[in-house]
Amino acid sequence: MPSRGTGLVLVLVALGFVMLLSLAVGARSIPFSTVLDVLASRDGSDSAFVVWELRIPRTLIGVAVGAALGVAGALMQALTNNPLADPGLLGVNAGASAAAALSISVLGLTDLRAFVWFAFLGAALAGTVLYVIAGRSGASPVRLALAGAAVTAALTGFTQAVVLLDQNALDQMRFWTVGALERANMGTLTDVTPFLVVGLVLAFLLARPLNVLALGEEVGRSLGANLGRTQLLTLIAVTLLAGAATAAVGPLVFVGLVVPHMVRAITGPDQRWVVAYCAVLAPALLLLADVLGRVMAREEIDVGVVTALLGGPVFLLLLRRDKAVRA
Amino acid sequence: MTAVLDPVVPVVRSGMRRSFVVSAVLVAAIVVLGVVALGIGAIYVAPLDVVRTLLGNGSRITNYAVLDLRLPRVLIAVVVGAALGMSGAVFQSLSRNPLGSPDIIGFNYGAATGGLLVIMVIGGSPGAVSAGALVGGLVTALLVYLLAWQRGVLGIRLVLTGIGISAILQAVNFYLIVNAGVADVARATVWLTGSLNNLGWTQLWPAAIALVVLVPALLFGVRWLEMLEMGDEVAQGLGVPVERARMYLLFTGAAACAVATAAAGPIAFVALVAPQLAKRLTRSYGAGLLPAAWMGALLVLAADFTTQRIGGTLPVGVATGALGGVYLAWLLWKRP
Repeated sequence: MPSRGTGLVLVLVALGFVMLLSLAVGARSIPFSTVLDVLASRDGSDSAFVVWELRIPRTLIGVAVGAALGVAGALMQALTNNPLADPGLLGVNAGASAAAALSISVLGLTDLRAFVWFAFLGAALAGTVLYVIAGRSGASPVRLALAGAAVTAALTGFTQAVVLLDQNALDQMRFWTVGALERANMGTLTDVTPFLVVGLVLAFLLARPLNVLALGEEVGRSLGANLGRTQLLTLIAVTLLAGAATAAVGPLVFVGLVVPHMVRAITGPDQRWVVAYCAVLAPALLLLADVLGRVMAREEIDVGVVTALLGGPVFLLLLRRDKAVRA
Repeated sequence: MTAVLDPVVPVVRSGMRRSFVVSAVLVAAIVVLGVVALGIGAIYVAPLDVVRTLLGNGSRITNYAVLDLRLPRVLIAVVVGAALGMSGAVFQSLSRNPLGSPDIIGFNYGAATGGLLVIMVIGGSPGAVSAGALVGGLVTALLVYLLAWQRGVLGIRLVLTGIGISAILQAVNFYLIVNAGVADVARATVWLTGSLNNLGWTQLWPAAIALVVLVPALLFGVRWLEMLEMGDEVAQGLGVPVERARMYLLFTGAAACAVATAAAGPIAFVALVAPQLAKRLTRSYGAGLLPAAWMGALLVLAADFTTQRIGGTLPVGVATGALGGVYLAWLLWKRP
């Protein structure tokens, strides 16, 4: 069996390949050789336009958002010690989406740099509510998942209402209900990158404290871990990652749930490796889902729909294996 | 055996009396609110004139406003609310969890998927769309049941499986609406958020008839439901065919939810909230099917009345969603 380091290189190579695929595949397919030519020299041809103006932003935003959600999922699962935790499933993304849609509709914000703050606020609120609920009850995985589903249902309904009230905007705002990569551009990317970078750095710094926390609260305390600080910083990191990702592309479910599970099967429970792998594998899978959505039907399928279709069954599978819900 | 059961009887009797009183009060509230709702709108009709019109002594204008325009909407609200309330009572009791209601575990989204597929693939009549929604709801119920089956169905696993299915179905519905271009956006949004806009007698009759069939079927299952609440082993000991009873209840409950969704789209949280509120009022431990039905009817009627006053064309699902969200937060906070 190859070492975890080699494995990470392999996953990186896979990510590179999927990124190329994402540049080549779409309504207008471009051969790999042409993609490489155009990447090397921007020659003003139609292919160059498609690759540089449409597909590179889309691919990069997919990478950024994928990494954010994968790592956010890994953080949430470590923090709550809950295999079913996912920012999408537990309503953090829905909170960000609802707050952002509301700020756009009520305050008339159009600039991502303005409404991203509302997305953070929504994500933080939803995350805190869930954490309080979980904290009160000793954080049973099942209970947290239930609470999350309920919160998601309420917030999604709310977002839909906001969008529906503005009938004309229905089409532009539909990605607040289900995430999509296609409307993202370079501006979106530069707007959210700082937040994502801070979130990712925090996630790596938190890896060791979370490892200690995994030994149990008492052991952690006796080893000198600052429990409260670790929890607070983790919540902040999740808020930054999930909030910024949602502000950029809308709420995506299951990415943060599925990827950490796949990763732990390879790396074991060490949070440092889990975060590193998630940051690479999640974007690869998200982009793959996006590419699939482009070719599956005549019309493009939003990536949020594809991740739900692919991630849902994995969630069901995890349920069947989870001891807490087994008869 | 009777000796053992005897002390229970007075308690059950007083519980039943209380539940009867609660039902009566709820029905009265529905009637009052119904009369008010029938009178208010672009053409105002005084409450007494509304009653006169309902009894067949109205003028042409009041006949038009009350009987043609508003009565079907009010009746649909009552029918849909009652169906949702009962469906919620059945599922919450089955899963022994207030969150195990059809709006959380995806049956209403499944019904919406069925309706949407009929609209797009066959382009069918309203009747066909309703049938599609019914089939969609039942197929979803079957799917959730089979996926949650693991040497018997455990309540909590049923709920979580439903959550997964529900996420998938919402994505599917969204795709169907957006990408397949349902021409009329207003009609399409009904399938995203439940709404009573643009509904008339043609939508009322199928739902009302279906409910008339379903109520006895549901009441027939209640005795099993109450025994199942005590636990599978106890129920088995009392002679309940456990898995078969569960299957029966699952299907009748899902059918009630699907009937409501077929008529008005997925109205959120009524199925969650109505049985809970009814249970608090009756203070009984059973499923409380009929109080839940009346409570559901009252909730949808009130929510629709409110949204009409506030937003005109705002779907009723928005009000029930807001109401349900607040209630949910309280519920989650309250339960240890």
